[in-house]
Amino acid sequence: MNEQFDFSVVDKILEVHEKQEQAIIAILQEIQEHYHYLPREIFPYLAEELGMSEARIFSVATFYENFSLEPKGKYVIKICDGTACHVRKSIPILERLRSELGLSEKKKTTDDLNFTVETVSCLGACGLAPVLTVNDVVHSAMTPDKASELLKSLKEEIANA
Amino acid sequence: MLKNREELIALREEAKKSYELQTEKIIVCAGTGCVAGGSLKIYDRLKELAEAKGVPVAVELEVDPHDETIGLKKSGCHGFCEMGPLLRIDPQGWLYTKVKLEDCEEIVEKTVLRGEAIERLACKKDGVAYGKQEEIPFYKQQTRVVLEHCGKIDADSIREYIALGGYEAFEKALFDMTADDIVSEISKSNLRGRGGGGFPAGRKWEQVKRQKEPQKYVVCNGDEGDPGAFMDRSIMEGDPHRMLEGMMIAGVACGASEGYIYVRAEYPLAVERLRTAIAQAEELGLLGDHILGTDFSFRMHISRGAGAFVCGEGSALTASIEGKRGFPRVKPPRTVEHGLFDKPTVLNNVETYANVAQIISRGADWYLGIGTDTSPGTKAFALTGNIANTGLIEVPMGTTLREIIFDIGGGMRDGREFKAVQIGGPSGACLTKEHLDLPLDFDTLKKVGAMIGSGGLVVMDDSTCMVEVARFFMNFTQNESCGKCVPCREGTKRMLGILERIVAGEGQDGDIELLLELAETISATALCGLGKSAPSPVVSTIKNFREEYEAHIYEKRCPAGACQKLKQIMIDPALCKGCSKCARQCPVNAISGKIKEPFTIDLSKCIRCGSCIDACAFKAIKEA
Repeated sequence: MNEQFDFSVVDKILEVHEKQEQAIIAILQEIQEHYHYLPREIFPYLAEELGMSEARIFSVATFYENFSLEPKGKYVIKICDGTACHVRKSIPILERLRSELGLSEKKKTTDDLNFTVETVSCLGACGLAPVLTVNDVVHSAMTPDKASELLKSLKEEIANA
Repeated sequence: MLKNREELIALREEAKKSYELQTEKIIVCAGTGCVAGGSLKIYDRLKELAEAKGVPVAVELEVDPHDETIGLKKSGCHGFCEMGPLLRIDPQGWLYTKVKLEDCEEIVEKTVLRGEAIERLACKKDGVAYGKQEEIPFYKQQTRVVLEHCGKIDADSIREYIALGGYEAFEKALFDMTADDIVSEISKSNLRGRGGGGFPAGRKWEQVKRQKEPQKYVVCNGDEGDPGAFMDRSIMEGDPHRMLEGMMIAGVACGASEGYIYVRAEYPLAVERLRTAIAQAEELGLLGDHILGTDFSFRMHISRGAGAFVCGEGSALTASIEGKRGFPRVKPPRTVEHGLFDKPTVLNNVETYANVAQIISRGADWYLGIGTDTSPGTKAFALTGNIANTGLIEVPMGTTLREIIFDIGGGMRDGREFKAVQIGGPSGACLTKEHLDLPLDFDTLKKVGAMIGSGGLVVMDDSTCMVEVARFFMNFTQNESCGKCVPCREGTKRMLGILERIVAGEGQDGDIELLLELAETISATALCGLGKSAPSPVVSTIKNFREEYEAHIYEKRCPAGACQKLKQIMIDPALCKGCSKCARQCPVNAISGKIKEPFTIDLSKCIRCGSCIDACAFKAIKEA
């Protein structure tokens, strides 16, 4: 294990939730908001601090779809594949993004950690279908070509940063 | 901090006065849809321009009202997401559609300063321009009870909610009614759960009220997981206080002192608005200890979901709030007896609570006058898919699908043919043309094997393959199955496997029967409601579109032409120049022929990848 891991972020979050076991989901969410994933170092630490077993924390972290044990890209692109987006052809958009980034259903994040492409069941923006979000910002009425353009502009942003 | 009833009444008077002093109101839609279209930038620009011109704009209701102002507000979803970003002008009731940043100058110049309408921005349908929101066919045939405020008031302002009669019902419940009065009024109104099941809310409240346990909970299910549904999101974003008020009244009625709202993680804006609303109510002393000087205390908490469809199920939802995996449990005991933290719990969904305040203030008789005998009131639906007007609508129960799809929804998109409508999400069914005149209410839908569900209506045109739709839903359910019980975990996997084979052209004789058998077993034996209803989309598509399944299985053909692997790729001999480019592109060497003569595709080798189509310079290769 990494001895250098800085737990100060986790400590602050634990303090807000008064180290309550029942707040474990909220605690994990806030940790993930900070790191964009759940670093493995936090599990034994949380177990100790919250007085619950590591296995139980792990069981929660693996049950809910939003938690990731793997680092995610700088830009997380979520393509909505809810019913409304699906019938308005969301899959070709997903396929275009995957092929341009060399990703697949199994491989969701690029090696340079710039992009993660995943699907979500429904973003509740069905009136604007098909939609995708880039770091939670909604882009509406997408097409494969618009997705390519979007990707291009994100790549430029990375290059200029 | 309001110390008693009189102070609340005084605040209401003051808020009302300052609301009325806003002689004109510019309401920018700040629902998820319009925000995505840039409505917040439009709001900022309007504010900047108006201030530059010296217009007395007020972004909030004045505390000590005396001057006339022009109100500039951010509201929740207006519902007509298709035409967004939307802007409403009151008191005229004008609706501006597809507003762009460049239009702001003209809006300030003409509408704000001179009170003139801008016809260019009016909603146009079939060559007619509709200036007023209420005249647009999309709105005209709706009855807005729950969504009454959505799109008309500032979603971030408790004062505005109070100015329009907000918390009046709560006040009435707290001071003028006993717990029994409240429960019997709700029971009499026959308000039925809007989350899908249609269980009478009054009966639930009665059962919780009866429990001896001193600690009870009021829980709101805002885990609107059905793909294609966003009614609850719109209520939480557009009129959060309405829902809080409903929960607080439930608290008074059942003797609960804590409320939990469980919201999907995918709805960040709803969480933000609810947090603001709770903070405002706490600040005024409408939430907290000894509310308005009474013995009633109530605290409200928000639990954010973490992406699990199953948490929409009652016992899974309470498990998730407790910080556990969202597993449903065997019932009984029911949630009303052993719910959250094992205490008696009232669990209703967002829309159900949003109905409560009006029933209390206007009375059960008024409510019974809307809708049908067995399903009174209205229902909000999210109208999406291949339909002309997508958006959020509210109609009386008993409205027919035809009225919703063709009158409000404006019919199909791009002049295509109506094929089916999916109602009730992954637990629901696909209805067809023959069901168009069915009145939508809890009981009628149950009779045809469907359910209202939370209210998603996904309309599908003739380019949609119903087998593929069934596969889509089964894939969803399989992904979201929590894995606790075998019938759902393994059964949905087997069903998905069969459906995947069928759409890939590898269906076998007996597949349909096997699907139906699996469906029956899962429905009979799964642990929770979600598992039990998981096979519904398959069963209903087999029932209504059996011939499509048969075409896939026996003829290896997709009648809608949607299934990639069943597509036939042909070379048109009249257009083919025999250049061999396609043959060189083909990854499986399925194309052959003599140079300068038409080439042919060996369909037994072809994998329908389509790379030959892209390669052909003469557009000679087509999908059939």
